[in-house]
Amino acid sequence: MTHDSFAVSDEVLEAFEGQTGIRVKLLPAGDAGQMVNQAVLTKDNPLADVIFGVDNTFLSRALEAGVLEPYQSPLLAAVPDDLEYDPRVTPIDFGDVCINWDKAVLAEAALPPPEALLDLTDPVYRGMLVVENPATSSPGLAFLFSTIATFGESGDYTWIDYWEDLRDNDVLVTSGWEEAYYSYYTAASDGDRPIVVSYASSPPFEVIFATEPIDEPPSAVLTEGCFRQIEFAGILAGTTARPAAEQVIDFLLSQQFQDDIPLGMFVFPASTEATLPEAFVEHAILPENPLSLSTDEIEANRQRWIEEWTEVMTG
Amino acid sequence: MIERQQPNRGRRVGRLTLIAVPLVFLGYFFVYPVAGILGISLFSDGGFSFSAFSEVASKASLRGAIWFTIWQAVASTLLTLVVAMPAAYVFARFSFPGKSFFRAAITVPFVLPTVVVGVAYLALLGPNGPLGVDLRQTIWAILIAHVFYNYAVVVRTVGGLWAHLDPRLEEAARMLGAGRWRTFREVSLPLLLPAIGAAASIVFLFTFTSFGVVLILGGFSYSTIEVEIWRQTTAFLNLPVAGALAVLQLVGISAILVAYSRYQERRAVEQQLRPVIEVARPPRGRRESGLVWGVLGFTGLFLGAPLAVLVGRSLRVGDGYGFDAYRSLGEASATLVPPVEAIGNSALFATAAMAIALIVGTMAAALIAYYRGAVSRWFDVLLMLPLGTSAVTIGFGFLVALDAPIDLRTAPILVPIAHALVAIPFVVRTEVPVMQSVRNRLREAGAVLGAPPMRVWREIDLPLIFRAMLVGAGFAFAISLGEFGATSFIARPDAPTLPIAIYRLLSRAGAANFGQAMALSTLLMGLTAASILAIERFRIGEMGEF
Repeated sequence: MTHDSFAVSDEVLEAFEGQTGIRVKLLPAGDAGQMVNQAVLTKDNPLADVIFGVDNTFLSRALEAGVLEPYQSPLLAAVPDDLEYDPRVTPIDFGDVCINWDKAVLAEAALPPPEALLDLTDPVYRGMLVVENPATSSPGLAFLFSTIATFGESGDYTWIDYWEDLRDNDVLVTSGWEEAYYSYYTAASDGDRPIVVSYASSPPFEVIFATEPIDEPPSAVLTEGCFRQIEFAGILAGTTARPAAEQVIDFLLSQQFQDDIPLGMFVFPASTEATLPEAFVEHAILPENPLSLSTDEIEANRQRWIEEWTEVMTG
Repeated sequence: MIERQQPNRGRRVGRLTLIAVPLVFLGYFFVYPVAGILGISLFSDGGFSFSAFSEVASKASLRGAIWFTIWQAVASTLLTLVVAMPAAYVFARFSFPGKSFFRAAITVPFVLPTVVVGVAYLALLGPNGPLGVDLRQTIWAILIAHVFYNYAVVVRTVGGLWAHLDPRLEEAARMLGAGRWRTFREVSLPLLLPAIGAAASIVFLFTFTSFGVVLILGGFSYSTIEVEIWRQTTAFLNLPVAGALAVLQLVGISAILVAYSRYQERRAVEQQLRPVIEVARPPRGRRESGLVWGVLGFTGLFLGAPLAVLVGRSLRVGDGYGFDAYRSLGEASATLVPPVEAIGNSALFATAAMAIALIVGTMAAALIAYYRGAVSRWFDVLLMLPLGTSAVTIGFGFLVALDAPIDLRTAPILVPIAHALVAIPFVVRTEVPVMQSVRNRLREAGAVLGAPPMRVWREIDLPLIFRAMLVGAGFAFAISLGEFGATSFIARPDAPTLPIAIYRLLSRAGAANFGQAMALSTLLMGLTAASILAIERFRIGEMGEF
């Protein structure tokens, strides 16, 4: 069972099936949030044996509902400790939600690129930023978490103050990443917003999936204020094929699969032993100090934060 | 009636089959799953959760969504009727070159995924668009897109009846000195009301449950009940509130459908319908030519501009143009399989969905047409309900209900079954009027001559309703091609349909991915137009149509 963005090369999957005799059947489950909901709803009679793609923003929901069985893969030794959250899940990959900007447009306007989230409230960037609604979009939610982790809930300047300033600086909110990027963001559309909430991996996408070969991506990434999304795999409680499920988890952490991750799903492999492809090394950005919040804090506050955000933005 | 006096076993068995098959199908694949998920949502800790309803009532944002859902659906329905009525008239009353192509082409918007239409409209309605005003994230963007989507429903439904109205009635009124407007208001309009009611009910259902258009074009300040059900489920896993909203949605839609069927019964006017060929004629004089070409020009611009934007985008390569995006569709890409495979998957699912919808829908139509009364009426309402039920409700319903006796939750057959649920109402609406028009005397004569009922049906009714079945089949095929909501729950990632593949490409950065998404959208338009056009060829001279 996996989310919509899952990708693996045929050869890699076939090699695994050939070696182990296990046939892997991929089941769809919508986006990451929908997938966790499906796992929770089918708890008594699980749809699958292994779930892949639960991220740290939805992990608590899956753990609380008790849909996962603990498993410690021997391959976890190659995974950095800060990616390991809970013995019931195995980290497979990670990526960062970051601000992207259109280099050409900012250069033409003779504007310096933003260096921190707070810069986006500066009137020189008025009417330039487009973000996604955290209630309907996963990068939108990650960006909201970034602002909460950066500005906090108490003190002189809270995340609410920050969003009030963004609102006054004419930020545009869309429902999904697709509209923000392909209808409003200047580097990818005829739109009029040169700054967008996207991924740290968007620039390498621009190079690898260009229509005409280009050397440099049109977008740059703000490496401050990025929110790290970690994707986990786990064994679904009640599985009837526990040994095979363990082998699938090991496969997801194996060198073969980990090497395949960057160009398939455009995120970073969790294992330090994986080799990164050249285009990825050259253009992908790995922020040094990504932000995160504890999964319990997220689960306890998600609804309240989204509602408070909505109030600020419609107020 | 001969049959009543000599009740025969074959006829009873036939009637039972007609009731049983559609009832079991809808019962197992619609009522049972929806009841299952609503049960889980609303009955917790052994009791009914009234608190979910009071939560809905107490939250201003949810009350706002309910109110917005109603008023935008009413506004969208009225606007669609007003904007599309001239085209319904022109298509019904005049013949002109390229007519069958135009008729097929206006159906294309109907199947396009909202994320694709969103791309086109956000470009057209932006500050650099041809209108020169920024309508993005306004109510106007939502209303215009709703008219765009539902234009064909009005043209085909109202135009379908209009094409058979005896033109001599209008001519008589004109001769007696009534002006054009008065003739329309006092002669044509009353006769057209049943068709207008049918079109309005479908447009209302579609816009009442609007999801993608509201999210993409309305931005975050507009929300419908459908959007809230999805948000409450996905973002918050708040099943009680999502369940309460789903119940309100079902109740609202049922009320509209019951009111509509009552109204239809009172309005039904016996009239002598004329063949299309007698009614449609080439425009005469400058005034009529101006009317015909003016209306066609408007239709072409209104429906064609967004489609042209998409085709244009699919051909864009860097700063120039080319077919690169199309050529690359056969290669393995960011999606799990080469995008071109989605065409085969979609065609296969659409064929299966069409077959299921046709079999179940025709039986249901026969039941409604031949056995009038309260049961048929309620059955008609039940058939329409899947059109107005949230895809999230149906999708989660499948998950919680269809695991026994056979675990169907991950079976590929569930995809065409879900599509058929949405397509059956169209098959029924297409066939019932024709079945009712088959004159009873023909059938009775057959029965008197000793033919068993199935044979009477096969030899007398079937040839007459065959063309209506083809029209229904075309709609079912098109609906299956375009369905996204329920499909995203159940289609396997290694067997995506066209809309699923388009979404997947659009969720990744990179100009080539965008180009492929636009190229697939263009192919989806072509496939739709071609399949409708193929069906148009079968529908010459037929009396009933969608």
